[in-house]
Amino acid sequence: MKVLMSGNEAIARGAYEAGVRFAAAYPGTPSTEILEEFSKYEGVYAEWSPNEKVAVEVAIGAALAGEKAMAVMKHVGVNVAADPIFTVSYTGTNSALVIVSADDPSLHSSQNEQDNRNYAKFAKIPMLEPADAHEAKEYVKIAFALSKKFDTPVFLRSTTRVSHSKAIVKLGKPAVYQDKTAIAFNAEKYVMVPALARLRRIEVEKRLEKLRQYAETFRENKMEINDRRVGVITAGMPYNYAKEVFPDYSYLKLGMVYPLPEKLIRNFAKKVKKLYVVEELDPYLEEQIKAMGIKVTGKEIFPYTNEFDPGIIENAIKKHLKGRRFSAQTIPSRPPNLCPGCPHRGLFYVLGRQKVFVTGDIGCYTLSYMKPLSGLHSCICMGASVGMAHGMSKALKEKGKGKIVGVIGDSTFVHSGITPLLNMAYNKSEALIIICDNSTTAMTGMQEHPGTGYTLQGQRTKQLDLKLLVSSLGIDNIKVIDPYNLKDTKEAIREELSKAGPSVIISQRGCVLFKRKNYSTEKPLKIDAEKCTGCKACLGLGCPAISWQNAAASDGSKRKGNSLIDEGLCTGCGICAQVCKFEAIL
Amino acid sequence: MIKKSEVTSILLAGVGGQGILKASDIMCEVLMAAGCDVKKSEVHGMAQRGGCVTSHVRYGHKVYSPLEKAGSVNVLLSFEKMEVLRYLHYLDTESAIIVNSEKINPPAVNIGASHYPVDFIDNLQKKFRLVQEIDAATLAKKAGSIKTANIVLLGALSKLMDIDFKIWLKIIEISFPEKLVKMNIDAFQMGINA
Repeated sequence: MKVLMSGNEAIARGAYEAGVRFAAAYPGTPSTEILEEFSKYEGVYAEWSPNEKVAVEVAIGAALAGEKAMAVMKHVGVNVAADPIFTVSYTGTNSALVIVSADDPSLHSSQNEQDNRNYAKFAKIPMLEPADAHEAKEYVKIAFALSKKFDTPVFLRSTTRVSHSKAIVKLGKPAVYQDKTAIAFNAEKYVMVPALARLRRIEVEKRLEKLRQYAETFRENKMEINDRRVGVITAGMPYNYAKEVFPDYSYLKLGMVYPLPEKLIRNFAKKVKKLYVVEELDPYLEEQIKAMGIKVTGKEIFPYTNEFDPGIIENAIKKHLKGRRFSAQTIPSRPPNLCPGCPHRGLFYVLGRQKVFVTGDIGCYTLSYMKPLSGLHSCICMGASVGMAHGMSKALKEKGKGKIVGVIGDSTFVHSGITPLLNMAYNKSEALIIICDNSTTAMTGMQEHPGTGYTLQGQRTKQLDLKLLVSSLGIDNIKVIDPYNLKDTKEAIREELSKAGPSVIISQRGCVLFKRKNYSTEKPLKIDAEKCTGCKACLGLGCPAISWQNAAASDGSKRKGNSLIDEGLCTGCGICAQVCKFEAIL
Repeated sequence: MIKKSEVTSILLAGVGGQGILKASDIMCEVLMAAGCDVKKSEVHGMAQRGGCVTSHVRYGHKVYSPLEKAGSVNVLLSFEKMEVLRYLHYLDTESAIIVNSEKINPPAVNIGASHYPVDFIDNLQKKFRLVQEIDAATLAKKAGSIKTANIVLLGALSKLMDIDFKIWLKIIEISFPEKLVKMNIDAFQMGINA
């Protein structure tokens, strides 16, 4: 049967077809749908772990117990999980372990554009890279087979364009699940103390040598000899772009990007006159091929940054293409914005009006850095806000007193905010941390986490009590506020900033898009055009439901127009009514 | 008319919440049922928050890239009026444009810091093979719900695609809950007649 599937759906399907029934992940674009889809198959265990490091460790445990296991994350998640990944490369996996890394060339929804093919080489772990959804499904199956065969974790690398584009996928028959789990002891293999790790280190090199041999005849390293004047070495999605514009060139398409098949590459290079390496981001293949002494053209003509498309490859190779006929027109942009009724809006409206530096984190609320809210001043990575707020306040000493606030979402706090908060209590911090608790992982599309009280597969579970946790970390000043109430929010922030020692405010209000809890939707508000003085204070909230209309005043006053509320968008949260000094919003 | 034997590229563009991804999903199912190879690609990371949404659909005998290069899109279907201007670099004089007359103000226009572009459709009509403006919202309301505006637009687009009407009907039937099927077929038909 043929179906249309996204790369992510296909990865989930491939794992299921391979007989995999165990997977763990932390959500992150563009990887999120993989586990959501996998979790729907019958008989599988799938969990959202609190972060990627835990997800990988959970998967390692399952593999050591004899289960085929998969850990899934976005590219920067591999940074979080790097510690166990580098050492499970030494121990091997007993059963099979596949780590999926979904990279994000062009930073569609990420804070950086790192090329995770480097991790394969760095951690000495083989990596497969599919070019579309059908290959994604097949490569997952190959990855599990390779992992078992070579007793190694295997990386599967996707990119946004593979994960989020759809193609026709031929479904295969799922393998019958066989329970091979058992407790087996093998301390020499799994206890990585120096004496034993040194021995495993040698095994890693032996395994790599075997994998190099394997790569030479690996069926997904495919040579297509057409026009011998030009050869292209490529892998993943860029193969499709190149084939689109240069169907007659010869190709070496690498399905395995680590380790590389040196003999095969030399053989291909001999068959063609001019050789290009077409790859997005780093000159990863190019540098290794050049180190073989083979002359290739790569990053001197292809960009380092952003994802490719067929036009980029065509323009780089054929320099004198005639220009495009039309240019896009510069029109007002549509930056992503906090939703109408978003609980973050009230909090960041207040924060933007304090003389404080707000260290930010990863989540919807990061969007509040933009005007008009301007309520956040840094964003590095998951959990960074807490450590950074502490570091800033320590460095600034008296100058920073009452002026440093860190903000972090509930899911992000669970991911990696707990340890730095413990550090704040331990090292006598002076900063204020605000946990923006909207009771879901909103940015990636409403995933569960320990604070929601539900598992990925929809079971009720023990719900994390944030207040109790914060208290037990050693924070004495804790306040819970409702960010829909601007006055209380402002007072709480001022009060906590004036106290000695670290404080935590839990800003608690469910995401407006979060459907499970039955938040009563309030009636949409209206603006009384007679009372509206046109002061534009409400526009300072940046709410998509509030707009400005020019209109001459009928009462002879100087006002140039008034604000309007779109009833279809307004959720009646009432924040704008609190901002209006003229009681014009009802 | 577009031939099935060549690779054809359609670019759907608009604003998050307009039903663009649903429309492109239906289109892909139709194309697959018609025996085409098909690939589609979309950017929807933060779409729910009022951002731009695009979906490339490419079909033919064999399709490699899910993305089209600049200057080569055959049809631009814009779900929002001014969004058409954002993607003109994908077009050639032989390209067709179908544009919804619905306007959704971007934030800068909302707060009075910028203006919504005016009177550009006439200019486009001079430059491109075909430019059709459709009031999809009005037609959708006639069909029974404003929410079928995306299907109205799909109906208008279907006139430019060489696909059997029966296949469209069959796929629309299985794409919606039973009670919404008739409404959506009506909307599709209104798009064809528009």
